[in-house]
Amino acid sequence: MVTLLQIHEPGETPEPHEGETELAVGIDLGTTNSVVAVSGEDAVEVLKDEDGQALVPSIVAYAPDGSAIVGELAKRLLLSRPEAVVSSIKRLMGRGAEDVKALGGQLPFDIEPQHDGESHLVRLNIAGQTLTPVEISADILKALRDRAQEHLGAKIDKAVITVPAYFDDAQRVATKDAARLAGLEVLRLVNEPTAAALAYGLDKGAEGLYAVYDLGGGTFDISLLRMEKGVFQVLATSGDAALGGDDFDHAIADHFLKQRQAELGEADLSAGEVKVALMTGRLAKECLTTEGRGEWMLSGSDQQTKHALDRATFNDLVKPFTDRTIKICHEVLTEAGYDPLDVKGVVLVGGSTRVPLVREAVAGYFGSEPLADIDPDQVVAVGAALQAEALTVGSDTLLLDVTPLSLGLETMGGLVEKVIPRNTPIPVAKAQEFTTFQDGQTAMAIHVVQGEREMVDQNRSLARFNLTGIPPMAAGAAHIRVTFQVDADGLLTVSAGEDTSGIEAKVEVKPSYGLSEEEMSQMLYDSMAHAKDDMNLRLLTEARVEAERAMLAVRAALQADCNLLSVEEREAIGEVMDKVIEAIRGNDRDVINQAAEELDKATHVFAEKRMDKGIRDALTGVSMNTLEKSVGEPEDA
Amino acid sequence: MNEVNAHSADAAKQTLKPCWSCKGPLAAGALFCSTCEAVQPPAPVDHFVRLGVERAFEVDVPALDRRYFDLQRQLHPDRFATKAPKEKALSQQQATALNDAYETLKDPLKRADYLVHLEGVGVLPEGCNLVQDQSILIEAMEMREKLMMADSMDTLNAIQRETKAEIDDVLTALSLAFKGADIEGACQLTTRLKYLDKMMGEVRQARARLLA
Repeated sequence: MVTLLQIHEPGETPEPHEGETELAVGIDLGTTNSVVAVSGEDAVEVLKDEDGQALVPSIVAYAPDGSAIVGELAKRLLLSRPEAVVSSIKRLMGRGAEDVKALGGQLPFDIEPQHDGESHLVRLNIAGQTLTPVEISADILKALRDRAQEHLGAKIDKAVITVPAYFDDAQRVATKDAARLAGLEVLRLVNEPTAAALAYGLDKGAEGLYAVYDLGGGTFDISLLRMEKGVFQVLATSGDAALGGDDFDHAIADHFLKQRQAELGEADLSAGEVKVALMTGRLAKECLTTEGRGEWMLSGSDQQTKHALDRATFNDLVKPFTDRTIKICHEVLTEAGYDPLDVKGVVLVGGSTRVPLVREAVAGYFGSEPLADIDPDQVVAVGAALQAEALTVGSDTLLLDVTPLSLGLETMGGLVEKVIPRNTPIPVAKAQEFTTFQDGQTAMAIHVVQGEREMVDQNRSLARFNLTGIPPMAAGAAHIRVTFQVDADGLLTVSAGEDTSGIEAKVEVKPSYGLSEEEMSQMLYDSMAHAKDDMNLRLLTEARVEAERAMLAVRAALQADCNLLSVEEREAIGEVMDKVIEAIRGNDRDVINQAAEELDKATHVFAEKRMDKGIRDALTGVSMNTLEKSVGEPEDA
Repeated sequence: MNEVNAHSADAAKQTLKPCWSCKGPLAAGALFCSTCEAVQPPAPVDHFVRLGVERAFEVDVPALDRRYFDLQRQLHPDRFATKAPKEKALSQQQATALNDAYETLKDPLKRADYLVHLEGVGVLPEGCNLVQDQSILIEAMEMREKLMMADSMDTLNAIQRETKAEIDDVLTALSLAFKGADIEGACQLTTRLKYLDKMMGEVRQARARLLA
C-alpha cells in the first residue's frame, strides 16, 4: 500500500507506521518456562540471553517500588525472599478465587479476599501489593518483548502467543489481556500442540496423520492432526490438566520418604523434609533420564538417609502416569475413528517427554519412534514464530484448528444444552433457539458454560447475562435465538435476540473470571503512562489502513473503468483522493475518517455507472468470463 | 441471438451485485472483487454450491477435502491478519460458512439429514423424526440392554462390527433412495442412521468403561 502512495507523491512519503512486513515474534508463555523466537529469512531463531539460555523461567519477583524482575534472577530470589516471588502463575489465568481454593493449599499463593465491585478473578498478595495473574503474566511478556527488542534492534509490538489446547475461554481472554497490558498486539492465539506440529511439518514436508504428545510439568495434552500440502488440520484434541512431570517428582519423593520413615522409625514428616524430598525427587528424575542408576541423600532434622534408585524402579514408579497418558491417546484416536498404526509420526513436546519410559510408552503404543529432533522445550516457540511470520509476511501454510471443549447453555434443571460440540473447526457460529416457559415472561437469564459434563455445575461457567425486553407473549410463543461465535483465536462471543418481534438484544458478555473493561483500562493507565497514546495510535493506524484500502479500491476501479467518466468527473474524484492522501499523512483520525467518507460520496455516481455497464456487458455476454474466482456457481444459477 | 428483453435484464441484475469496497459490478457469489480484490461476504448459497460439489448423497470425500482446503487457503482469517478490520470480519464470515458446509457434507449422517431437508422442502413438514418409528425404539432398547450386559472386549467388538455392517447397508440404501428421488424413504433411512450413529457412540463409551 505504501509503495502506491510513493508512486503518487514521490519524496513525500507518509510517516512510517505499522506496515505489513513488520517483525512479529512467537512466544511460548509456559507454566515453568517461557521462550521467545523469531522467524528470519531462512531459519527460526530462538532468542537467548548472554549466558546462552533460551528458557526464561516464568518467575517474577516484585521490588517494594512495584518494579518486576523476571526469569533466572527472580528464581534466585525464590529462596531468600519467597514472599515477593511468584511462580507458576499460568495455573491461575482466567481463574476465580473459588477455583483456587478448590485446588487446596498446594499452591504457593497468598490469595487476597475479593472486594465489592471487583470482578471475580483471583488477586494475589505479593509483598504487600495486590496483583492479578493477568498483570503478572504481562510482566513476563514484557521481559520477553524486551529480550526480542534488544536482539532485533527494533520495536516489537506484535506477537503470536501459544496457549494449551485445553485452555477455556476465560484463560484465553486472560492471556490476550496480559499481552495487551504488555503492549503487544496478539496476531493470533495458537494452541501449543498445533504450533509444535507446525515446527515439524514445515521442516520435514510431512504428509498424513500425526499426533502431538505434550507432557509438561503439570499438564498433558494430545492432539491429532492431518497434514496435507501445507495444511495443518486439527482433527481432535484432549488431555488432562492435572497430569505431568511434577507427578513423577512426587512419586520418587514418596518412595524416598517411605524408605526414610522405615529406616528412622519416624511417624510424621516435617514440611521441611517433604520439600527437600520433592527437590531430590526432581533431581533423581533428571539424573535417571540419562543414567541407569544413582544415589541420593535426604537430610533434614539433622539425620541423613541414603537412597538408591535404578531405572527399573524409577520406571515402575512412573508407569501409572504414562499409562494414563496412553489411555487418553487411545480415547482420542478411537473417537476420531483411527487406529494407532494410522499415525505416521508422533511429535514430542514438553520437558517431561525426555524421560525414557515416556518415549518407550509412546513408541510402543503408536508403533514408531517419536519425533524429537527439535528441543521439546523450544519446539512450541519455534512454531509460534513460524505462524507469526505466516501472518505478517505471508505463507502457503494454513492452520485449521478446533474448539477443545464443548460450549453450551444452562437449561431447565441445571442441565447443559450443547451448542458447539468440542473438536468443531473454528471459526464457527451456531445458533440455538429457546422459548419462554411462562405467560408474559419478558426476561431470560442466559448462562454460558464450557465443558463435557451433563450438569451445569460440573462445567466451567463462562458468563451470565440477562436478555431483557422480550415482548410479553404466551408461554412458548417467543423464539429466543442465542448465537455463539468462536473466532480463529478460539474466543467466544455470544449474542441473543427474539425472532418473532425482531428485537435484537445484542448482549455484551462479561466473562465470569475476566477483567472488566474498566479494570483493564485502569491497569493500562496505571502500568504505562503512554497507554492512552498507544490506544489512540492503534485507532489511528486502523483508520489509515481502512482509508488506504478505500484508496486502493478507487484506484482499481479507475483503472478498469475510467472511460465512463468525463474529465471533470475524474478531476473531482482526484481532488478528493488528494484530500485522503493528505489526511493519511496527518495524525488526526477524525480527519482521515471524514476524508474517506467524502471519497465514498464522491465516487457514488461512478459506482452506479460501473454497475450499469456491468449489467450491459452481462447481457451481451462479454464480461462474465472475466469475473473470476466465483464460488463454482452451477451453470443454471 | 442478441435479444435483449426485460426478463434477461432482470436476470443480469440478479447475477450482478456491487462490490462493498470499490462499488463495481461483481458476479453474485464471487469470493473476491475482480477489480479491487477485496474479499466479499459469503453468498447465500447451499453447502454443495459453496464447496463446488454436485448436489448428491455420494460425495468424493478426498475431492471435498481438497476443495475445502483450497478455499480456506484463500479465505481463512490468517490470510487477513494485517488487513483492514472490515476485510478481517468478512474473512471470518467466509471461513465460518466454509466450516459449516464442510462439517455438514463430510459426515454421511449430517449430509443425509441436510439433503433430505434441502430436497424435501414442502414434502416433509415435520422433517425426520426419531420417535415416529416404533420399531427403531424397540431395537434401540434391546441394543442398549446388550451393551449393558457386555463384559468383554470381544462382545463389544462383535456389537461394533454388527453396527458398522448395518451402517454400511443403510448408506447404500440411502444412496439409492436419493438417486430415485425417494425423499420419504431417504428420510426414514436417515432416522435409522441417526440411531445407528448414536449406537456407535454408546459402544465407544462402553469400551472406555471397560478399559477404565
